[in-house]
Amino acid sequence: MARSGLPHVLRRAAAPALLALLVIAAPASAGLLAPEAGGGSRNAEDTRTLYWLIFALGVVVFVGVEAILIWCLVRFRARKGAVAAQIHGNTRLEIGWTVGAAVILVFLTIVTFVMLPGIKDPAASDIDENGNPVAGTPAAFAATDQPPPPRGASMNIKVDGQQYLWRYKYPGRQDVFSYVNMYVPVGMTVTLDISADDVAHSWWIPELGGKQDALPGYINKSWFKITEPGIYRGQCAELCGRNHANMYAAIIAMPFDRWQAWYDRQARAIQAAKDAAAQQRRELEQAEGEAAAEGGGAAGGAGQNPSP
Amino acid sequence: MASLDFASRTLPRPQIERRAVAPDERGWTSWITTTDHKKIGILYLWTVAVFFVLGGVEALLIRLQLGAPDNTLLSPEKYNQLFTMHGTTMIFLVTVPVWAGFANYLLPLMIGARDVAFPRLNAWSYWMFLFGGLALYASLFFTPPEAGWFSYVPLSTAEYSPSGGQDAWIFMVHLTGLSSMLGAVNFIATIHNMRAPGMGWGRLPLFVWTILVYSYLIVLAISSLAATVTMLLLDRHFGTNFFDPNEGGSALLWQHLFWFFGHPEVYILILPAFGVFSEVLPVFARKPIFGYKAIAAATAGIAFLGLLVWAHHMFATPSATVVLAFFMLSSFVIAVPTGVKIFNWLATLWRGTIEFRVPLLFCVGGIATFVIGGITGIFLAVFPVDWQLTDTYFVVAHMHYVAFGGTAFAMMAATYYWFPKMTGRMLSETMGKVAFWLTLIGFHVTFLVQHSAGLSGMPRRVYEYSDGSGWHLYNLISTIGAFILALGVIVSIVNIVRSLKVGVKAGPDPWKANTLEWYMPSPPPAHNFDAIPRVRSVEPMKDIRRQVEQMSGSPQRFEAGRPMVKA
Repeated sequence: MARSGLPHVLRRAAAPALLALLVIAAPASAGLLAPEAGGGSRNAEDTRTLYWLIFALGVVVFVGVEAILIWCLVRFRARKGAVAAQIHGNTRLEIGWTVGAAVILVFLTIVTFVMLPGIKDPAASDIDENGNPVAGTPAAFAATDQPPPPRGASMNIKVDGQQYLWRYKYPGRQDVFSYVNMYVPVGMTVTLDISADDVAHSWWIPELGGKQDALPGYINKSWFKITEPGIYRGQCAELCGRNHANMYAAIIAMPFDRWQAWYDRQARAIQAAKDAAAQQRRELEQAEGEAAAEGGGAAGGAGQNPSP
Repeated sequence: MASLDFASRTLPRPQIERRAVAPDERGWTSWITTTDHKKIGILYLWTVAVFFVLGGVEALLIRLQLGAPDNTLLSPEKYNQLFTMHGTTMIFLVTVPVWAGFANYLLPLMIGARDVAFPRLNAWSYWMFLFGGLALYASLFFTPPEAGWFSYVPLSTAEYSPSGGQDAWIFMVHLTGLSSMLGAVNFIATIHNMRAPGMGWGRLPLFVWTILVYSYLIVLAISSLAATVTMLLLDRHFGTNFFDPNEGGSALLWQHLFWFFGHPEVYILILPAFGVFSEVLPVFARKPIFGYKAIAAATAGIAFLGLLVWAHHMFATPSATVVLAFFMLSSFVIAVPTGVKIFNWLATLWRGTIEFRVPLLFCVGGIATFVIGGITGIFLAVFPVDWQLTDTYFVVAHMHYVAFGGTAFAMMAATYYWFPKMTGRMLSETMGKVAFWLTLIGFHVTFLVQHSAGLSGMPRRVYEYSDGSGWHLYNLISTIGAFILALGVIVSIVNIVRSLKVGVKAGPDPWKANTLEWYMPSPPPAHNFDAIPRVRSVEPMKDIRRQVEQMSGSPQRFEAGRPMVKA
């Protein structure tokens, strides 16, 4: 009777476990049991699917092991007159569970590699650089560590971590950058080149996929493609100093024309600020020059030519 | 003149003459000058207990700060110092040296030796451990380190962490590292050379097996760490640029070198815990361990594979996919021997007669908890999933399920199990059971919800979070759990202190256990054994009890359901 108990408990435990999983899986999308995904970015969604697969296997293993443990503790607690079976081992059983554990992991390996391209390789963009729809194949076009093919539309943004800010450099001839908030067009595949200026940081917008570390001296790659306008928030995930908790990031996804308007406005604002700074510098230099001329030879050049 | 008639007399046998035996040394100087492995073991364990309490207080302060959103109880600086001290303390000053403590006390007794191979070196190991801990804690009076227990560069370089706290951390690693390595060499020499007659490798107690493997891992991993932190020290003060990306150095190099130590470290602190489970379960199930050879082989297998999985801590770093894939697969492979051990423990309980004594409860609670940590480890080993989970509270939860569920529960089990041997007195069963349930419930209340906090986007090591983040409830539950857990630990500590004076006398073998340390009186005399028994199986005490029963006629065997000792 006790001999048939082990597999019996496993069989009995598996069905309620799967049922419980189905019941809780539906409402539990918001981070209680699974990582977040949103905005229609395929990498985050595929990551979550892969997570749920592992979760299902994990629940079965968990319920199985804990059920056997508790069952053993209850069934074989010491009673008067009970005699423990003096068993030293069972080679077949031991080989069996070693192989069993290995089979689960082989299955997980296969699933992971099947799902990996969907997570790692950027999806094809819905729109090109001018905001026009791309009539293309929906297939993935490149891994992040390879340059995208020339026909594929995408936008590359350079993400730079600094204590305690994220700086984004947008593509294009004009010098356009922003801090903390990253503005992107909806439907565009955005590839990220992630690095850091000072210490290590980690780039993470939970709804748009996993994190990639920002290490000074290295360029890390990530991507997302948002299909629903909105704000997607995250924060630095690698300890970067005292205000690590306050190093926020937000992706603001908007329709292409509105994004283009923002881009032009930002370009003009940055140019204006540069012009104003240049003007100020000229005025300052002029003023210093006049002051030096008035002060004569004694103090002259003290500010510009520090003594060696 | 009386002649000596030699022919009619039997030859005199050599007789053992009774000589004056030096009385046991007493007083506090005996503790400072001792080279007795048992005294050194007790010194280790008390020192570890003090650091365990300090690390626990740091954890409670961390939990208090996170109990409410936008909390201003602690400044970001203080918060970073606290989690750095907590992690460093628990890893370097608690979970590794606690096994040096238990191994010191038990290893010679279990293998039938009169001391370790190098007793003076052993004393030196202890004192370096103590001073390593003091070097770190002295920084409390200045500026404690604040770059986390793995001190990633560039944050830990002189430019971003100019305070001496980081140097105190480096010196602590040097001192405790030397302590661990010399201790490990000592254990290796002792186990290889000083086993009782008849104790072949197939009769070595499983706890001793795990200490042997622990020692080899220490020699391999901690020597690497010693070199790594020396490079950091040189970078900080002597102008080298191993880790400075602006000068041709590499910030990623530190991570590789650190985790080359850091992952074997996990097995350094967990394998002896597995050894405790493998010793305690058969005693209270009244059954031989199921699959002795498989468990010993799994221990060695885990150690070997443990040297090949380090970069699974670095899945989010800029690394090629082939690197990520290799470390995912190696991490999968290591799950197999770990699973084998768990199945073997379950099979040990199966068809036994299980006595629910406190050591068994802590073992079973530890296994049940560790299983969860093992399963979440599989989530983290799948690198695309790890990209979501790494550096969040999911990892914090996982790591505590392994390190607390495995190591700390085993630490408690070992304390309740071997306290009678070390002191001659039993710990209170009632208080022990209260402590167990508080510890178990407190632990799961604290850490189970942290998985959810991480899944909802909470990174680790943040000193505050906003009200709108949705993380408040998880953190509040976690904070409440931490105090329940602390209460459990306090009950255990009170139990220990109280039982030293009023505990029931234990006698030499209160549990009717299997291994040789129960052969001597409790506590054992300074020289351990009057005569070292010959070992005929992996459970020599069972053989000895059977022999005593045959010779004396008085029943020595255990009967199920009969209380072993009054407690």
